[in-house]
Amino acid sequence: MELTEAHRDYWRKNLRMTALLLTIWFVVTFVMAFYARELATINFFGWPLSFYMAAQGSLIIYVLIIGFYAMYMRKLDIEHGVAEGEEQ
Amino acid sequence: MSQTFNQQLKKYYSFYTLGFVSFVVILGIAEQMGMPRLYIGYAFLAATILLYASIGVMSRTLDVAEYYVAGRKVPALFNGMATGADWMSAASFIGMAGGLYLQGFDGLAFIMGWTGGYCLVALFLAPYLRKFGQFTIPDFLGARYGGNFVRSIGVFAAILVSFVYVVAQIYGVGLITSRFTGLAFEIGVFVGLLGILVCSFLGGMKAVTWTQVAQYIILIVAYMIPVVWLSVKETGIPIPQLVYGSVLEKVTALEKKLTVDPKELEVRKIFADRAKAAGEKMKAGVEPSYNADRAALVAKVDELKAAPTPDGAAIQAAEKAVDSFPKDGKAYEAQLKGQQGQAGRAAAPLPHGTPFVGVGKTDEEKKKSSDNKRNNFLALVFSLMVGTAALPHILMRYYTTPSVHEARVSVFWSLFFIFLLYFTAPALAVLVKYDIYTNIVGLPFADLPQWVNSWQAVDRALLSIVDINRDGIVQLAEIAIGQDIIVLVTPEIAGLPYVISGLVAAGGLAAALSTADGLLLTIANALSHDVYYKMVNPDATTARRITISKVLLLVVAGSAAWVTSYKPGDILFLVGAAFSLAAAAFFPALVLGIFWKRANKIAAVFGMLAGLGTVIYYMLRTYPFFTNMGVPKMDLWFAIAPIGSGVFGVTVGMTVMIVVSLLTKAPDQATQDLIEHVRYPSIKGDTLNTAGT
Repeated sequence: MELTEAHRDYWRKNLRMTALLLTIWFVVTFVMAFYARELATINFFGWPLSFYMAAQGSLIIYVLIIGFYAMYMRKLDIEHGVAEGEEQ
Repeated sequence: MSQTFNQQLKKYYSFYTLGFVSFVVILGIAEQMGMPRLYIGYAFLAATILLYASIGVMSRTLDVAEYYVAGRKVPALFNGMATGADWMSAASFIGMAGGLYLQGFDGLAFIMGWTGGYCLVALFLAPYLRKFGQFTIPDFLGARYGGNFVRSIGVFAAILVSFVYVVAQIYGVGLITSRFTGLAFEIGVFVGLLGILVCSFLGGMKAVTWTQVAQYIILIVAYMIPVVWLSVKETGIPIPQLVYGSVLEKVTALEKKLTVDPKELEVRKIFADRAKAAGEKMKAGVEPSYNADRAALVAKVDELKAAPTPDGAAIQAAEKAVDSFPKDGKAYEAQLKGQQGQAGRAAAPLPHGTPFVGVGKTDEEKKKSSDNKRNNFLALVFSLMVGTAALPHILMRYYTTPSVHEARVSVFWSLFFIFLLYFTAPALAVLVKYDIYTNIVGLPFADLPQWVNSWQAVDRALLSIVDINRDGIVQLAEIAIGQDIIVLVTPEIAGLPYVISGLVAAGGLAAALSTADGLLLTIANALSHDVYYKMVNPDATTARRITISKVLLLVVAGSAAWVTSYKPGDILFLVGAAFSLAAAAFFPALVLGIFWKRANKIAAVFGMLAGLGTVIYYMLRTYPFFTNMGVPKMDLWFAIAPIGSGVFGVTVGMTVMIVVSLLTKAPDQATQDLIEHVRYPSIKGDTLNTAGT
């Protein structure tokens, strides 16, 4: 199996996007939780901000990360000629 | 073709949902006409198990690909629902909102930990495993690292993890069935087991998938109805997730008031004094204290009787006190320990919205305890997330989609459907808390609502409200509430008819059964596919492979039920242990296997064993269940509780794998080709075909 430049490019872009989304995931999860006490003083529609983020905000971001990744990769598949046919 | 299949499925499940709703409505009408509660419980149990059984019978199969991976025909949306049901266990459905009620902010570690892991599944695993496309997780390890040794470690870890987890599920099944039908716990376990086996036995993964979709619909409907109703009752708005912020503000204000309320202080002082007195008596020795206390009570009776004008009522009360005094030293010791154990009830109410509340006498102690809670929160979130991305019964689900693209989309649907329940649970906890703070606290004991008495009668550990300071009014400190009751009691707090309680029980049962199904299948498949077919008898015919798998399913289910009937303690710990074990055993080997070509066999062996070993060692040496059995106890590492030990296991496993890989030689060309193969959904001229048959 020979990898072309398009293939290598596909994988590089995939890795870059993976790293970016993973960074968002890390900040939303661990950085926010680490500073939860400080963020609790901010009021967000009635919730302390850290409570809102842990109970709802971070979850919404997780769902968006996964949805975005699926769409982005679909586009990347087609652009780089590695998409699957209708029947695999 | 796949389009029409998708349309058909949507039609079937819409009809099914309508049918189920009509069933609930009819039962509701029957209840109004006087159908007894017990029959409603039976009706739900019988109807749902019959339903799962008929899906099982309709999906029976003798095809290997259908039996192991549902023929790889499950559309993303439906695989998402099935994963949701597979994922959400009795602990999520019954226990989580209760955990949040009791722990406030710190309990949110479970909310984040049990959702955020899907980002790791989507980014690191699902699409690549789908492209690889065989049957089990050990399959991938075996192919990527070569040889049966890595596969065997994978099989061992998959079985260990799934078995620990399935015991917790069957326990939940037994609990729910026995509570809502009045059957004994052991019989409840057996009935539940039948419910599990009817669908998985005949149709394997195919039947389990379509049953799980049906179970998801039941469990989400059952979870939402009471919360929405309660939200309308408290706020007038039927979207609890949007509006409970304002309710949380009110709860916080009430907490502040209750913290300094004189009556509350009085009750808390009684608990503190009792605990202190009990501690002193224990110190003085159980036997002498027992004799002294008893003698004092007897003397009191004599003294009253000897009085010039004996007071009949007082004498009777004093005699009753002697009668109800513990019969022997052992019972007396248990009573003292119970009073010591209630020392926690002398504490002021926990501020629900405040993260990491520190306790201690000085500011320095408080800061230290607060930091400690924060570290444990982070470690727990990490272990649960990485564990999510390593549980074989979840990862296996992404083998069942038609394509790599569908696998990616299906992770999105999975988390979406899980999210619906998980972002509701914190709202439920806050709404119930508000209701109890306003409608129960301050109520005269004579006016307590009916549900308080009926649940107190079921089990005092779930709910007990006792007039400690004898003022006839309920104080918050007089209420002891158990984690598992919150969800079950919500319909009654919201003032809904009993049929909704039955629905909630059916939802809890669906959650436990669906998870147990996925787990049992994982264990049976690891044994029949990985051990029997791949290692013992590679020439076996398909018919034989399926027969072996079914026999093993029965054996595994039977032994899991047998272990469960011994009631092996803490469900939450069992579940937490499963996550940490899975994280340490699988995550480094799977992810490095896909993303790092340099990772090799010997490194995988050492890495998996080191990770798994670390977690097992840490749990054995620090968890009270084991240390009480005589395992020498050791100090916690960085004060991290054993439930978060995945953080050590993953770090050790990852480090060992990287170091050993770099010290030994790179994998051969065939392995490199396999890695390229799984990285691209489709490559022209790629002759490698890893799809399992």
